[in-house]
Amino acid sequence: MGNNQTIQALIVLISALPLAAAVLTAVLGPRWLRRWSHVPALVAIFVSFLCSLGLIQQIRSDDAGTVSVGFEEICTLWTWASVEDAYTQESDSSTTSGETTTQETHDFTIDVTLRADALTSAMLAMVTFVSFLVVFFAAGYMRDDPGYWRFFSYVALFVFSMTMLVSVSNLLLLYVFWEAVGVCSYLLIGFWYQKSSAAAAGKKAFLVNRVGDFGFALALLLIWSTYGTLNFHDTPAGPDSDASGYAASPTLDTDHELRGILGQTRLQDDDFAGGAVGTAICLLLLIGACGKSAQFPLHVWLPDAMEGPTPVSALIHAATMVTAGVYMVVRFSPLFLAAPAALVVVAAIGGFTALLAGLIALTQNDLKRVLAYSTISQLGFMFLAVGTGSLAGITAGMFHLLTHAFFKALLFLGAGSVMHAMGNVIDMRQFGGLRRLMPITHWTFLIGCLALSGIFPLAGFWSKDAVLGAVHDKIHELEHQQQESEFSAGQPSTAAVMLVSEASRPDATHQEPSPASFLKIYKLLYWVAVAAAFLTAFYTGRAYFMTFWGPLRIPQEAGNHAHESPFVMTIPLSVLALCAAVVGVAFVGLDFERPLAEQLQTNYFAEYIAGTPSLACDMVQATTAPGGFHFSVAALSTFVALAGIGLSGFFYLRCRKDVEWWTALASSWGVYQLSFRKFFIDEVYTLLIVLPLQFVASVCYWFDNCLIDGLVNFCGRIPVWCGGVLRSLQMGFVPFYAMFMVLGMLVLIAARMLWAGG
Amino acid sequence: MSDELILLQNYLLVGAILFVLGAVGVLTRRNVIVIFLCVEMMLQGISLSLVAWSRYHNDWGGQMLVLFIIAVAACEAGIALALILMLFQRSGVLDIAFWQNLREEGRQPYVDRDVPEDLEEERVWPRLTPAGVEPELDLDTEMHRGKV
Repeated sequence: MGNNQTIQALIVLISALPLAAAVLTAVLGPRWLRRWSHVPALVAIFVSFLCSLGLIQQIRSDDAGTVSVGFEEICTLWTWASVEDAYTQESDSSTTSGETTTQETHDFTIDVTLRADALTSAMLAMVTFVSFLVVFFAAGYMRDDPGYWRFFSYVALFVFSMTMLVSVSNLLLLYVFWEAVGVCSYLLIGFWYQKSSAAAAGKKAFLVNRVGDFGFALALLLIWSTYGTLNFHDTPAGPDSDASGYAASPTLDTDHELRGILGQTRLQDDDFAGGAVGTAICLLLLIGACGKSAQFPLHVWLPDAMEGPTPVSALIHAATMVTAGVYMVVRFSPLFLAAPAALVVVAAIGGFTALLAGLIALTQNDLKRVLAYSTISQLGFMFLAVGTGSLAGITAGMFHLLTHAFFKALLFLGAGSVMHAMGNVIDMRQFGGLRRLMPITHWTFLIGCLALSGIFPLAGFWSKDAVLGAVHDKIHELEHQQQESEFSAGQPSTAAVMLVSEASRPDATHQEPSPASFLKIYKLLYWVAVAAAFLTAFYTGRAYFMTFWGPLRIPQEAGNHAHESPFVMTIPLSVLALCAAVVGVAFVGLDFERPLAEQLQTNYFAEYIAGTPSLACDMVQATTAPGGFHFSVAALSTFVALAGIGLSGFFYLRCRKDVEWWTALASSWGVYQLSFRKFFIDEVYTLLIVLPLQFVASVCYWFDNCLIDGLVNFCGRIPVWCGGVLRSLQMGFVPFYAMFMVLGMLVLIAARMLWAGG
Repeated sequence: MSDELILLQNYLLVGAILFVLGAVGVLTRRNVIVIFLCVEMMLQGISLSLVAWSRYHNDWGGQMLVLFIIAVAACEAGIALALILMLFQRSGVLDIAFWQNLREEGRQPYVDRDVPEDLEEERVWPRLTPAGVEPELDLDTEMHRGKV
């Protein structure tokens, strides 16, 4: 039990420390801390990071039960809200007296509950580590900013929200902190709120996220009405409800506790809603994830979010917050597995977004925007991996999330370093050849680029290969199933049935859809992913060569003081570069006793993540296991990465004049414009959504301004008008007043007399 | 009809006459002091009817109230006369129509319909018998009363 208490203390500390730092900085910052405002956040987040490392150590050391059900530790802090007998559940309780359908009513309680499991701890460690380095970097980058304390207060608040987001064990709380990170993101995008573009970008991010959050809210309601709880974990029943059943048999305890959405008993029984309801839940969750993780229909806010300070871009819009969607899908992967149609949608959106964002990133001239589209593209990879629905895919998605956090934060911080030196110019056409001017930034940026492109042996290589391998395995699996189903022909295609409304829950094992219907999609997605990998390498190489190679060019704004950044900024760069280089290798287990082709069979990270309860259940474990290293896939991805970098080097390395014939060719087809204008998605949204809304708003404004305000003003004018009529009586002549008084009295008396008489 | 009731009616009649006389005075006269006196007269009319009712109902409350009224009226008279004195010291006029400052903005002050100028030439004095002595004319009083 000492272990449990340690874990509970750690998981509370991890979130509480940044909150304390945020409050401390907000209170003391403007008066006393001033130049030292970064210290509380820095210290708190560093201690949080140590705590999360300790948490991982504790979870790893607790190997009791990791084999079958995974490890989870629930820490209930207090009850936030409670509604008695809110949910009535009809349950078949097979007791000794026979099967009877009883109605159980459950209270609807929202406990502020934290959970510690493998997935949470991995996310916590990643978030706190990147946050620490980014805060370190920002201490240099944001120097001399008038809002210095405000920045660190916001960042600490964000880290608090994000750590809570990944560690809460209740869907409503998840939603709360989902919104909280959105608010922090809004505040930090609009950090320089005097700049109109930054304020507009913050507003855009907030509004686009509302669309996704609306889907999430609907999913939340649907989950509650389907499962009867919002807790992830199993909740023991209240003391009053088990008054009768408690004495009957101790084995009834599990029947009387309220099953959580991802509780152990539900996972063991595989009791997840399938059919139309399950698909609807998953698709609505996916909408929420798309909003937060900037996937295709809702990706438009992320590039604009680059108006915020660069450390914020690195922290929130590359490494942590935007991965919340992936985290949520992984967390709810049993739900998604029960609805295979939704899984295909996840994969398809991921693959499509990866390709689309990659294409847009080819022609952007803003260094940060290239990285932003790259982030969208890589998030698409993660969704694609998770969308395969196999254990291999889910762990690959999480692995890519982890490595991506390192190298994308590195790239953003590198871009920030360049911006810092170039006097806040970020247009890549205005500078070039910085490799001698800024050697540390150059080398770290190069490592980040290679890692992003997926060059052996950097981090991106392993994770991207895991993603591609997972899709590859999925195709194999589906082909295999197809062959099986051909043997046992005659069964109707259940995939079509899945999409049709099917109220009844599927039986103990969820229905496998017909593989044939999804096989083509996954095959297509595999090649889409390979193409996206090529594009990734190309635009990364383009950004790198345009920034650091060619003749030395420095924009006017930089003045004469273009220089390498100070140590406070280069140290985080170096640390992140080191991580980006080794984090992939670190998790790869070499098994020398096996033959060469099978040496890379294990992935420690995947094994660790697989210990999460929602991934350790039989349903997930039955799918393709991770670890299969595909030399063919690796060779293909390495080839396209090298080809992409080589091609970008050919175009951009020697002299940019060479490129003109290419751009002229592309623009003659309109392709260049299509990519440069981001496929006109913003324009389409403007046309389809913004303008109609503006029209409706102007009609409403007119209605409000003219009709409603007119009515109110008219009512207000009536007394004025009446007063205007009576005003002429105010002649200042006292006998006149006296006469009116007498007349009035006479009228009153006359009325009274008539009244009495009547 | 009992004696009591007849007595009451008489008193009430006198009270009503006093009140109406006072009211007519307030409405028609323009000398501030006269108006004030008329107000006092209205007050006495009311007091009288109160006493009458009190007597009729054999209830002393009404008479006590009248004593109160007299005391209050005395105070009020003191204050009112002091005010009138101050007004007179400021302007030298006792005409109520002189103070029209509180009228609505933009309105013209009330002006007396133009009184035709007294034409001294056309003034026809009564002829007395030569045996008598022509009475002295107090011009000031004559002029002043014309304004009241």
